[in-house]
Amino acid sequence: MTEADRGAYIAGVFEHPRREIPELSTPRIHAEVAFGALADAGLDRSDIDGYLCDGSQNFRPVAFGVLSMAEYLGLECTYLDSTETGGSAPVVQVAHAAAAIAAGKCQAALVTSAGRPRSAPTSFERGSPEGSYEDVWGMSGAVTGYALSAQRHMHEFGTTSAQLAEVKVAASLHAQHNPNAFLRDVVSVEEVLESPMVSSPLHRLDCCVVTDGGGACIVVSGAVARKLSRPCVRVMGAGEAVRHSDLGRLSLTSTAAAVSGPMAFAAAGVSPRDIDYVSLYDSFTITVIETIEDLGFCEKGEGGRFVMDGALVAPHGRLPFNTDGGGMCNNHPGNRGGITKVVEAVRQLRSEAFPAVQVPDCGLALVNGTGGNIGTRMASATLILGRGDA
Amino acid sequence: MTALPVPEVPHLREAEAFWSGIAAGEFLLERCRGCGAVVWYPRGFCPSCGSSDVTLEPASGEGTVYSFSVVHRGAGEYRGCEPYVVAYVELDEGPRILTNVVGGDPDSLVIGARVRMVFERGPDGSALYRFTTV
Ligand SMILES: [Zn+2]
Repeated sequence: MTEADRGAYIAGVFEHPRREIPELSTPRIHAEVAFGALADAGLDRSDIDGYLCDGSQNFRPVAFGVLSMAEYLGLECTYLDSTETGGSAPVVQVAHAAAAIAAGKCQAALVTSAGRPRSAPTSFERGSPEGSYEDVWGMSGAVTGYALSAQRHMHEFGTTSAQLAEVKVAASLHAQHNPNAFLRDVVSVEEVLESPMVSSPLHRLDCCVVTDGGGACIVVSGAVARKLSRPCVRVMGAGEAVRHSDLGRLSLTSTAAAVSGPMAFAAAGVSPRDIDYVSLYDSFTITVIETIEDLGFCEKGEGGRFVMDGALVAPHGRLPFNTDGGGMCNNHPGNRGGITKVVEAVRQLRSEAFPAVQVPDCGLALVNGTGGNIGTRMASATLILGRGDA
Repeated sequence: MTALPVPEVPHLREAEAFWSGIAAGEFLLERCRGCGAVVWYPRGFCPSCGSSDVTLEPASGEGTVYSFSVVHRGAGEYRGCEPYVVAYVELDEGPRILTNVVGGDPDSLVIGARVRMVFERGPDGSALYRFTTV
């Protein structure tokens, strides 16, 4: 590879010609400048596989800015960035896009920025474009979207509530060893099924805990890592992808992990059978079932049967997962549990998990994050982490 | 089952014609004249081919339950209406849309049930499309 092959270039630009745009919404202005830049570059929208915009739309009720906008623009992306740094955000994002391209995460990244402060904002100026069609039906928070996925998964594949419950049971078996876990009591399948129905077919114990808290992760270069005395974990591969409602053709039974997982495995040069431990985002029990399938640990539709024999239970299950107790029992800080997934995988690879749940000779771990809602639109991120010095 | 609320629906300006249709008791689907795609939800251009040449055409109002959930813990103005059904209905024209299925026994609903659109109005002129089993 030559030096030039690793570079990134700006291929097209577009400035909206108008300075007062009372009749268009902010999302629509994003669309217009996107099409303008594509035309300038001589690229088609289907060439775009990375998308970057800030969160200044502040869509209500949830500020999934870049995710809402990717769907709105019909982009199929394997790289997203919603870095929010105020006025400098588009500049930062051009740099991010260049780095992503150098790393091979995408081939053509689109950066958009738009707003209409001159025109009097309407009452819905800050609403997401899809909200009118989703926020008015009485969805019970996030759970109803996942319930719609679970119901469809049961219909297509014969998955049962008892199989979903196995996910919670395994997490509770792990949480009993974690003195910090929010819920430390071991529960049975029967207890999950007898807990109150929230949004059928999901019961209260199919849902993650609601907790305050947080976490952090520091990523360093190999040169820095070599100077550190603590055991290091290598980032061997990563992938990210979006699955949205696709003009109404949405799938409720698969997640974008079906794309992000293979990307991460390919980058790391490993396969699902090489993985010793998994941290799987467990907002709801169905999230884990679909993710196991999408990552290739079993065939699509077999997730329910896969977990029936204690496969998820550490240390000796076929696929030990969430040994901290996960979002199901331990922690789901700020309703965003991704950082806890990274932290527990690092503990496992450093052999610092609680002894009862430490996977013997844990050398390779997978982390999968699930953001948004699998019942509407969601983004997956997969990491493959390996034990070893830099 | 208690009657469900009919909240005001804020919307983007490009969807004005769609929501005017709902207020008038007509469900209009956006279709692209460039590539023929049905665009759900309506947005005034076609994300399949990029064309702005889209048109609104009346839909049949008929569809099939693609998935559903019986909500037992309602949120916001739906609190007190439980149990009620949130569903994806697959319209005969193709798109799977979120909605409510009303008027029947929630516990007897099944995936694959045929449903027909009904329009419900709130006291202040708001309007929503929902479905009943046929
Ligand atoms: Zn089209």
